[in-house]
Amino acid sequence: MSTGIIQNDIIVIGNGMVGHHFVEQLRNQNSALSILVLCGESSLAYDRVHLSEFFQGKTAEDLALTSETHYKSLNIQVEVNAWVTEINKAEQTVTIKDGRQYAYQKLILATGSFPFVPPIPGNHQAHCLVYRTIEDLHAIKASAAVSKIGTVVGGGLLGLEAANALKEAGLDTHVVEFAPQLMAVQLDPAGGAILQDKITKLGVQVHCQKATQVIEQGQQCRYRMVFADGSHLETDMILFSAGIRPSDALAREFDLQIGERGGIVIDDHCLTSDPNIYAIGECALWQNRIFGLVAPGYAMARATVSHIVGANERFTGADMSTKLKLMGLEVGSIGDAHAATSGAQVYTYENQPKGIYKKIVIEPSQNKLIGAVLVGDTSDYDTLLQYALNGIDLPEYPESLILPSTGEAKQLGADALPTAATICSCHNVSKGDIIEAIDSGSNSLGDIKTCTKASTGCGGCAALLKNVVDAELSKRGVEVKSDICEHFAYSRQQLFHLAQVERIEDFETLLHTHGKGLGCDICKPAAASIFASLYNDFVLKEQHVGLQDTNDTFLANMQKDGTYSVVPRVPAGEITPEQLIVLGTVAKRYNLYTKVTGGQRIDLFGATVQDLPDIWGLLIDAGFETGHAYAKGLRTVKSCVGSTWCRYGVQDSVTAAIDIENRYKGLRSPHKLKMGVSGCTRECAEAQSKDVGIIATEKGWNLYVCGNGGMKPRHADLFATDLDYPTLIAYVDRFLAFYVKTADRLQRTSVWLDNLEGGLEYLQDVIINDALGINDALESHIQTVINTYQCEWKTAIESPDSRKRFRQFVNSDAGDSRQLFVEERGQMRPATEQEKAERIDIVEAL
Amino acid sequence: MQAPALTQNTLRNEDTFEWQNVCTLSDLIPNSGVCALVEGLQIAIFWVASKEQQACSLYGISNFDPIGKANVICRGIIGSIGDEPVVASPLYKQHFSLITGQCIEAPEHSLRIFAVRLVNTNVQISMLPMPMSVTSVSANEQTTS
Repeated sequence: MSTGIIQNDIIVIGNGMVGHHFVEQLRNQNSALSILVLCGESSLAYDRVHLSEFFQGKTAEDLALTSETHYKSLNIQVEVNAWVTEINKAEQTVTIKDGRQYAYQKLILATGSFPFVPPIPGNHQAHCLVYRTIEDLHAIKASAAVSKIGTVVGGGLLGLEAANALKEAGLDTHVVEFAPQLMAVQLDPAGGAILQDKITKLGVQVHCQKATQVIEQGQQCRYRMVFADGSHLETDMILFSAGIRPSDALAREFDLQIGERGGIVIDDHCLTSDPNIYAIGECALWQNRIFGLVAPGYAMARATVSHIVGANERFTGADMSTKLKLMGLEVGSIGDAHAATSGAQVYTYENQPKGIYKKIVIEPSQNKLIGAVLVGDTSDYDTLLQYALNGIDLPEYPESLILPSTGEAKQLGADALPTAATICSCHNVSKGDIIEAIDSGSNSLGDIKTCTKASTGCGGCAALLKNVVDAELSKRGVEVKSDICEHFAYSRQQLFHLAQVERIEDFETLLHTHGKGLGCDICKPAAASIFASLYNDFVLKEQHVGLQDTNDTFLANMQKDGTYSVVPRVPAGEITPEQLIVLGTVAKRYNLYTKVTGGQRIDLFGATVQDLPDIWGLLIDAGFETGHAYAKGLRTVKSCVGSTWCRYGVQDSVTAAIDIENRYKGLRSPHKLKMGVSGCTRECAEAQSKDVGIIATEKGWNLYVCGNGGMKPRHADLFATDLDYPTLIAYVDRFLAFYVKTADRLQRTSVWLDNLEGGLEYLQDVIINDALGINDALESHIQTVINTYQCEWKTAIESPDSRKRFRQFVNSDAGDSRQLFVEERGQMRPATEQEKAERIDIVEAL
Repeated sequence: MQAPALTQNTLRNEDTFEWQNVCTLSDLIPNSGVCALVEGLQIAIFWVASKEQQACSLYGISNFDPIGKANVICRGIIGSIGDEPVVASPLYKQHFSLITGQCIEAPEHSLRIFAVRLVNTNVQISMLPMPMSVTSVSANEQTTS
C-alpha cells in the first residue's frame, strides 16, 4: 500500500440506518479496530422508518440516530459530504470526490437504495418529487404549500405512507396504483379491497389499475396525468413511491458481481465477490432478493460484524412480516399472505360493518401456520407471528385464532414458545436471551428492557414480552409484589378502588379496615392524594393534616434551611403589570429571594413558616390564587404568545392555556402534572416535554401525552390530531382521570404509559373509542374536581384552626435562630453551614 | 448548640423528672407534630392517636435534623416501622425512632428524646435525659460536640 494514505481497519461507505447499526454493533464487539465512516450526504444516520412523523412536527434532530459527537465518543472517525468515487480492490483503497484516499482492511458497502421513478414522459418537472430523505420532505413541504391537490404514484406500503404525509400537509390526496389493489405484496385482493374502502372513507381517493402514460400541463391544476385507459387526473404535485432500486453504481463500476436486475451479490456472510468487501442493507442482493425493510438490514449488519470478529452468525434470509398503522388503520401481513404454497388452505373472517378482515394460511399436512393477512384489527398479529416463526402446532380449531374472542383468551402462552423464539425482532432478542437476563439477576420488566433492549424499538412486542417475563418470574417463585408499603398489602390503584368503592374518606378508617401499624411517609401521602382525587376535600382538614408531606401541610415548598418558597398561580404565564408590582412589593416587604421558574411563574423564596399566612393574605387581596407548586397535582400550563401577537401563530394558545389551567387547577394526581400549549408547529411552549402537550394546527389542535423533562426526559406521544376544542378538552379530561385512577404512587404519566399493557394504542382505544365504557365516569370525575375547587390558601387563612399551624413554636413567638441569610447579587440567600458557624459563634460570644 | 445544654442537664443528676407545661392539648394536632422552645432547645412534639388502641401517645424529640442540618423534624410524617413509631425527616426522608431517637437509615445519627405527658389538658415536658435512652443521648453528645 502506498504511504501517505490514512490506514483504517474498517471503512464503511454510507451512513443510513443499516450502516449506522453496523458501526454500533462492531464497536460493541470490538473496541480496538479503527473505523472510518464515509457519508456521502451532509447529515448522519436518521430514522427513516418514522420519516412521516416529520409532518406531525418532528424535526431532523428528533429523527437523528447519531451525531458526530456520539461517534467521537465511540472512537469512530466520520467524514460527511465524502462521496466515494473510486474503489481500488487490489490496493484496498477508496478515493472520495475531493481526491483524498483512504486504505482499508475490510470495506463495507452500505449505500442503500434510491426511489424508482417510472420512465413516464414529464416526470422531471418541478413538482414531481420522491419520498425518501429529509431533503425530499423539505421539498414536499415547500411544494405542498403552493398546491391544493397531491397525488402519490404507487399504492404499496411506502406509497400509502407518503399519501398520509400529503394528507397531513393538508392536500386533497390521491393514490394511483398500477396493480388492481393496494399493498399487493403484503395483502390478498380481499384485504386490499377493505383497505381501499377504509382509506377512501378517510378522504384519500384511490385509483387502481391505472398506468400513467404522460404527465402534461393541467387545465385546473398544475399537471394532468393521462392514463393508458384514456382517463386522466388533474393534480398540483406528484410524489413517486413506486419501489426502490439498490444503489449499486459504485460496485458496478469497480467490478463487484451485480445481480441481473441490480443489487450487489452477497453470500451468507454478506461478502461480495471480493473477499475484503461486504455489502449490507438495501444495496445487497442475497439469493436474488433485495430486502427493503430495516430489520433484515440489521440482520445483515450483525452477520457482517460476526464474520469480521470471527464468530459464526450468518444471514439466512429474513421474515418480511409487517405490522403497521396507516392513517390510523391497522394492517398486518405474515409470511405467505397469498397462499401461494401448494396445498395451502385458508380460513377467513370478515366483518364489513367494522371494516375488519382476517385471514390465516395453513399447511394442513404439517398442521402449521404459514401466512396471515390482517386489516382493520391487528391484535392477533403477535400470536399469529409466533405460530408462524416457531412452527408451533395449530390448535384443534385454527379458526379460533382469528374469530372474535368469545371470552376465552386465545393468546399464546409464553410457555408454548421455544427458547429460540424471537420476542423482539427490532433488537433480535429471543426468549432464551430473556431467560438468561433473568438468571443473571434482572427481576423486573424494566430491568429486562434495559439489559436486553427488548421492546425498546417499535414496541410492538411489549405485551408478549411482559407475558414471557411474568411467566418466567413466576416459575422462579418470584412474586411480583406491588404492595405500596409494609402497612398495606395493596398497590396504589387497589387502594384507590377500595377507597372509592367503600367510600372511605379518612386514613384512620382505611388503615383500620385494610392495613396495619401506624402507616408511614409512603402510604399516608398516597392516601391523602387518593382522598383528594376522589373527594377534593380541603387538604388541611384535621383528619388529613398528618397525612401530608410538609409541602402540602404548609401549602408551600420547603427549602434546605426549613424556610418555604411561595408560588402564586399565573395561568399560562400571563401577568399584568399591577400583579408584578404586588409580587415585588410582597417580596421586598418580607425580604424574599425572587426567581422566574421554568413554568412561567415567579417563585418567592425564604419565607418563614410564621410569615406564610400574612404573605398569602396580601397576595390573595391582589387577586392571586395558590399555584399548587407544592402539590402532586397540576402545576402549570406553559404557553407561547400565540396568534394574538405572533406572526406565525395559527391559534390563540394563551386563551386556551389559561382556560385549561383554570380547568384543571386543584386536581391532585399520583405525581405532578405539567402541560403546555403551543400556537403553531414551531412549538415555543415546549409542549412535547409535558404530560399533556397541545399544539395548534390550522384545523384545530394536536394532542400529545405522557412527555416529561427531568431526570429521564421523554418526548410526548402524538395522541390525536386536528381536534376541535371541545373534543380536545374531553380527551384531556378522560386522560387525566384515567391516569389519576390507575397510576402507581409517584408515577409520572411517562412511566405510567410505558408500563400500561397495550401502550399508546390501548390508551387511545380507552379514551377515543371508549373501549372500557368508562368515559362518562372519567369525565364526571373531572367535573366533580372542577366543581369543588377552592384556593387552599384562601381557606387556610380564613380558618383560625388552620392558621394556628403556621408558627415556629407553640409556646413562643420567636423564629428559628438557625435561619440566617446573607446577601448575594442584590438579594438574600440562605447562609452556608460555614457562614452560620461564624455568625452563631459571634452571637454566642456576645 | 445542643451539647452544652445536654451537659447541663446531665449535671443536674436528678432521677426524678421535672415537668414543665409547654402548651395545651388544643395546640397539638392528632397524628402530626408541633415544635416547642424549651430552655433554648427546639423540641418536636408528636401526638400519635390511634383508633385501634383507643389510646394517645405523646413523643418529644429534638427538632434538629442532623443530616439536613435544619430545625424541621416537627414537620415530618409520623408512622411505624414494624412496631416502632418513627418520624420521617421532611428534608431527606430518613426515619428516626420516636422511642430511642436513633436514625434507622444512618444509625450513627441519633436525636435526643424527651419525656412528654398530658396532665388534664396541659402538655408537659421533662428536660432530663430519659432513662431508657441514656445510651442514645450520649451517642448524640458525641456526634454533636
